[in-house]
Amino acid sequence: MSAARPAPEPTIDSKPYWDGLKERRLLLQQCGNCGLVRHYPRPMCDACHSLQVQWIESSRRGRLYSWTEVHHPFVPGFREEIPYVMATVELAEGVRLQCQILNADPDALGLDLPVEIVFREVQDGLVLPFAQVV
Amino acid sequence: MAASLNGKAAVVGIGETAYERGTDKSALALQLEASLKAVADAGLEPKDIDGILPYASGAAVAEDFITNFGLKDVTFSATTPMGGASCVAAIQAAAIAVATGLCRNVLLPIGRRGYSDSRVASRVAAMPQFHVVSEFEAPSGTIAPAQLYAPMARRHMELYGTTADQFAEVAVTMRRHAMLNDNAIMQKPMTVEDHHASRMICDPYRLFDCCLESDGGAAVVISGADRAADTRRPVPILGVAEGHPDSPSVITQRPDITRLGLAKAAPRAFGMAGVGPEDVDVAEIYDCFTWTVVCQLEDLGFCPKGEGGAFVEDGRIGLGGALPVNTHGGLLSQAHIVGMNHVCELVKQMRGEAGRAQVADAEIGLVTGYGDLGDGSLAIMGAAA
Ligand SMILES: [Zn+2]
Repeated sequence: MSAARPAPEPTIDSKPYWDGLKERRLLLQQCGNCGLVRHYPRPMCDACHSLQVQWIESSRRGRLYSWTEVHHPFVPGFREEIPYVMATVELAEGVRLQCQILNADPDALGLDLPVEIVFREVQDGLVLPFAQVV
Repeated sequence: MAASLNGKAAVVGIGETAYERGTDKSALALQLEASLKAVADAGLEPKDIDGILPYASGAAVAEDFITNFGLKDVTFSATTPMGGASCVAAIQAAAIAVATGLCRNVLLPIGRRGYSDSRVASRVAAMPQFHVVSEFEAPSGTIAPAQLYAPMARRHMELYGTTADQFAEVAVTMRRHAMLNDNAIMQKPMTVEDHHASRMICDPYRLFDCCLESDGGAAVVISGADRAADTRRPVPILGVAEGHPDSPSVITQRPDITRLGLAKAAPRAFGMAGVGPEDVDVAEIYDCFTWTVVCQLEDLGFCPKGEGGAFVEDGRIGLGGALPVNTHGGLLSQAHIVGMNHVCELVKQMRGEAGRAQVADAEIGLVTGYGDLGDGSLAIMGAAA
C-alpha cells in the first residue's frame, strides 16, 4: 500500500475553499469591503483590514508564473508520482496557485504559458486543483 | 535619524564542535559543548552569561542552558524564528539587549543532528511559520525547501538568463574553500562537470546545488562594547538588520519571487554601518542552495537585480577574487549549522584567525541569513582591534 499524501486540516477561514474543491469549484476570497481578491484563504484584507469576506468562483484561467520538475521524493506519499511538475499559476483574478501540471512536457514550459485549472480526486475525499496546458 | 547599534556590541567568543555526518552526541550536548568553547574563547566563564537566544526551531530552549550551566540570574531570553535567517537575526536581538544594558553577555547557541535524525521535509512541516504551505501546498506535492525555492531560481533563469554553469561556479567555489578547512565535511574536489552530472533533485537544482545535512554545534557570545574591551579578541558589530519579504508565509503570492527579505534589510544594515557593498572585503552568505547566493548578492547591492549570475563568474567569489564568499565552505561544503558556522567564520576573518582561508587585511565583512520562505538577516562587522 502506498503512503498517504499530506492531508489538509481546514480551518474556520479555509473550510469554504476545501469544500468548494470537493464540488470541483475553485473558490477565492474577495474582500467584502474593497473587493480585493486574495489567496490563500485568511481572515483579513491586507488593503483595507476588513474582516468581511465573500467567496467568488475563479475563471480557472491562468498563466504559468514559474515551475519545477520534482525528481526527489521528499515526502513518501509522492514517491510513485516522481518526476512531476509543480506549477506556480497566476490566475486571471490576479492571485496565484501552486499545483501539479497534468500534461506537461518539461522542455516546452515557459513563462506565461496559458493553462487552465482542472480537478482530480487524489485520495478518498481529497480533491485538488491541477493545471493543464491549453 | 535611524536607530543605530553601530559600535554598541561585539562578538566576543565563538565555539564550534567537529562537523560530521553521524554522531553519537545529542543535539543538546553538541550545543553545550560549542557554548563552553565560545565562553572560553571570550575569556569568560559560564556564570557570566545572563542572556540566551537559542535557535527557535532547534532541540534546546533557554531553560536547558540555565539548567546545564547552573545559571543563577538570566535576565533576557528570546527566540528569532526565521529558519536559516535566525542566527544572524539573533545577533540583532542580542545587540539590542546588551546596548540597553538589559544584560551583559548573551549566548547564541545551536546544535543539530541534521544528518543523524529527521530530514528537512519533516522538520519544516513541523515549523509554525510553514502552516500556510502545509495546508495549501503540501497536499499537491511541495513542502521541502528545495521544492519551494526551485521556482524562484527557475523564474530568475527565465527572466535574466541565469545559467546552470553559474550555479556550478558557486558550488565549485564553496568546495574549493572547504578543502582549505579541516572542519569541513566535503574534502573531495568538485568540477563544473561533476556539478552538471549530479542527480536532479528539483529542476533546476541538482544534488550539488543543495546544502548538506550534517551534525554539529556552534555558538557565539555577544557583549556590550564597554565589556567587550576586556575580552580576548572582540569583533565589533557595525550594522545589523532583519528583513521580511512581502507575503512572508508563502512564496507563491509574493509580488516578485526573485527578491528576498534581505533586500529590505541590506540598506538598513549598510546605513547603520556607514559603509557600502564596495567596502566589503569578505562575505559569508547563507547558501542553502547555489541560487540563493546569486540572489542575495543582488539583494545586498553588489550588483543590479538579474546580474548575480554574471557576478559569480571568473573567480570573483573565490579566495583571491574581488569578493571572497564563504571562505569556510558554507552550508554547501562545510556543514549545515544553520549559518552559525558562517557567523563563526566571519569572526575568524575579522580577527585574522581564518588560517589558510584568511582574506588578507580584511577590514569589513558581512554575514547573511536566509530562511523560512524568504526572511533575511545581515550583520556587518569590522576588524578586531
Ligand atoms: Zn479590502
